[in-house]
Amino acid sequence: MNKLAKDPINVVVAGVGGQGNVMVTLVLGNTLVHDGYFVTIGETYGASQRGGSVMSHLKISAEKQYSPLIPEGQADIVLGMEPVETLRVLKSYGNQNVVTVLNPRPIHPVDFTGSGAGYPDMESLLAQVAGMSAKTYVVEATGEAQKLGNPMLANMILIGALIQTGLVTISREAIEKTIRDMFPKAVKENIAALSKGRELAAGQ
Amino acid sequence: MSNIDIDAPGSNQLFIGNEAMARGALEAGVGWASAYPGTPSSEILSSLAEVAKKRDIYVEWSVNEKVAIEAGAAASFAGLRSLVAMKMNGLNVVIDFLSTIILSGIGKKGLVLMVGDDPAAHSSSNETDSRPVSKWLDIPLVEPGDFQEAKDMMPYLYDISEEFGTICILRSVTRVAHARGNIRLGEIPKVVHKARFEQYYDPAAPMPTPIMCIPSSFRHMFQHVRIDKIREKFETSPYNKYVGPEKPDLLIVTAGSGWLYSQDAVNALKAEDRIGILKLGTLWPLPEKLVKSCLSKADKVLFIEETDPFLEGVIMEFAAGFSPESKRNLFYGNHTRHLNSFGELTPDAVIKAITGVLDIKYQPRDAEYMKKVESVPQQYVMDRLLTFCPGCPHRASFWAIKDALAMDGRHGFVTGDIGCYTMALGPAGFFQTRTHQCMGAGAGLANGFGQLRRFGFDQPVVSVVGDSTFYHSIIPALVNGVHNHSDFTLVILDNGATAMTGFQPHPGTGLTAMGEPAQQISMENICRAIGARVEVCDPFDLKNTTRTMLDLIEQKEGARVAIMRRTCELVRQKKEEKPYKMKIDPEKCLGEDCGCNRLCTRVFRCPGLIWDPVAGKTKIDEVICNECGVCADICPEGAITKEAVA
Repeated sequence: MNKLAKDPINVVVAGVGGQGNVMVTLVLGNTLVHDGYFVTIGETYGASQRGGSVMSHLKISAEKQYSPLIPEGQADIVLGMEPVETLRVLKSYGNQNVVTVLNPRPIHPVDFTGSGAGYPDMESLLAQVAGMSAKTYVVEATGEAQKLGNPMLANMILIGALIQTGLVTISREAIEKTIRDMFPKAVKENIAALSKGRELAAGQ
Repeated sequence: MSNIDIDAPGSNQLFIGNEAMARGALEAGVGWASAYPGTPSSEILSSLAEVAKKRDIYVEWSVNEKVAIEAGAAASFAGLRSLVAMKMNGLNVVIDFLSTIILSGIGKKGLVLMVGDDPAAHSSSNETDSRPVSKWLDIPLVEPGDFQEAKDMMPYLYDISEEFGTICILRSVTRVAHARGNIRLGEIPKVVHKARFEQYYDPAAPMPTPIMCIPSSFRHMFQHVRIDKIREKFETSPYNKYVGPEKPDLLIVTAGSGWLYSQDAVNALKAEDRIGILKLGTLWPLPEKLVKSCLSKADKVLFIEETDPFLEGVIMEFAAGFSPESKRNLFYGNHTRHLNSFGELTPDAVIKAITGVLDIKYQPRDAEYMKKVESVPQQYVMDRLLTFCPGCPHRASFWAIKDALAMDGRHGFVTGDIGCYTMALGPAGFFQTRTHQCMGAGAGLANGFGQLRRFGFDQPVVSVVGDSTFYHSIIPALVNGVHNHSDFTLVILDNGATAMTGFQPHPGTGLTAMGEPAQQISMENICRAIGARVEVCDPFDLKNTTRTMLDLIEQKEGARVAIMRRTCELVRQKKEEKPYKMKIDPEKCLGEDCGCNRLCTRVFRCPGLIWDPVAGKTKIDEVICNECGVCADICPEGAITKEAVA
């Protein structure tokens, strides 16, 4: 376990019910705890499978157990599984130093679908996100996951991209051990997705 | 889910608070656990169920909370450490039993009731604070301040329960019970559980007696004596602690989730040398000497707790009895509006309360960034309403109910209940549900509405309940309806799971918590035995379901039942491939020009259907769609097609 440059590191994972938000925090959390860190995870409830906004707070510390909620404006990293949800989280938890890793694949809210407004224009949505982040990584996670044969692998691609940023100290060995423990029937696919995520973020 | 019985004492694991409590129960050597599912308490029993056979303990999902606690008490009476878990709604259901077991006392082995409260009602119909029950009924109550304590408090509480012969409550809240954090594991003892109901020697009476609550006044007095002894014990509990300077400017008194939030807030304000924190783990009976000595440290005292001002009330009441020579504190909290007594506690709420009492400035973000925050167009972050999953049978059931009520034309309505289908209050269920209270209340209300015809009431009433809810609390309401000739239709949405809380088995599923086969208790046989007409239909057959529903509504007398049976989509997709390949023919979809007013995307509103504003047509989102085929029967132009997957 290394001392962290900033302690705690506050990560918000933003997405929509059914995307696998909880799974993402579990993969990161299990890996970090086995590496000796203190991890606290707070989740949104009720919406977890039902198309609502879902957000998880993940705090990583080398020193102590923190509370499960991040205060306003105190995110260090936003891991955005969906563009509108990423912007929503930046509004509440972003600051001038926040780094955003974003999957640009939209999930259309039924309200946007039915109303005249429609889903926001993607270009200006991404510009808003970039304007509110010190650095933004755009990772086509869903598209790449579909190429790998399962859209749910988008989550592991995003985790790969997050690790590539170097902002959370997770070793390849540690995360691969977590994958073997958590997804024993799909180790190869998940490790391939992880590498894909690293590759996509490396050029940015 | 984590493996809670991993044999690695001293190792660190990431556990959800409920798993930590379940591990603590194993480390305490429990032999019995029973519960009814409810967020945020469900994982205690489900994680114990997974290891029950290996650890040779008994674990059950009971039909409801009242049976869970009575069955769990029997285990204690017969010499097993027993754990019963439920959410705060369940506590309301078991209060009658609690009011007698505090008089009778327990058996030789401990009985712990875990209650999970849900401040902000994230997944609940209310946000009741359970703690006042401890004072009201004289039940010792502890509350963990973090994940490690969630585990460690279990063995501690069993020792208390056995030493004093009383049931004890472990109360926790969503942000501890349902959050995740580090747990350092202890040893799980090897216990050979042996049950026998022996001649009972009651500490309240020096002779063998039945386990009974009479003579009640005498036993009530005896429980007060017990509570005073436990108060002494709690004075030195390791779960109460003070951190901070010897003479702080402000003393925070906190418990539960407030402990971590208070530390985070003091840290964010860099006020460690000005603020002291008294964290209480044993909340009732109040460790008065400890509290008094901490109150003497500071003039100002701020209560940080979730959700009601419980400690605020009992400590101010206690301080009012101090001798005139004692220090007089200035108290802050809910009564001074520094904190709310509704909604959930957050680090921001604690920071705001502290800065409101002490003169400390705090600005989370600079003005330049706040300008960016304010410039985000509202339509970019429009609320994302909850809805049924793509492929959920409930969407189809409510579509049929809506059409049947519309055809009937007498402004009928649905009385709702507790489950995913609560969402039918809104657009997900086409606004059909018009009342929403607690488990079983929809059927009780329907009984009442159905008796009002003599006063001119002529609207059809439909009580919609889930399968687990049916067994939990609907059966007596149906008996009442048939017996008293009430005019309503009961719809049971039988999706074969307690879906909202994590797919726990129930008496209709044919499986027990421990995964053993069980007799499938037929809901149609129960309803028919009661004397109700029963129709069973598949909600995905919209035409037949609507016709059946209309026929039942038009019967206009007596309680009758429609069972709409179709497996929960989330359960189905774990076992089977998608049944259809869905397509939309862009030639046939007329978009805004169709006379249907975009029935599929404006009314049916399955998230799998999206609108392409450029083409002016409906599209299928292939990542979201579960290919259930129902929307093909909605489209008046036949533009949506389903092709069976071979």
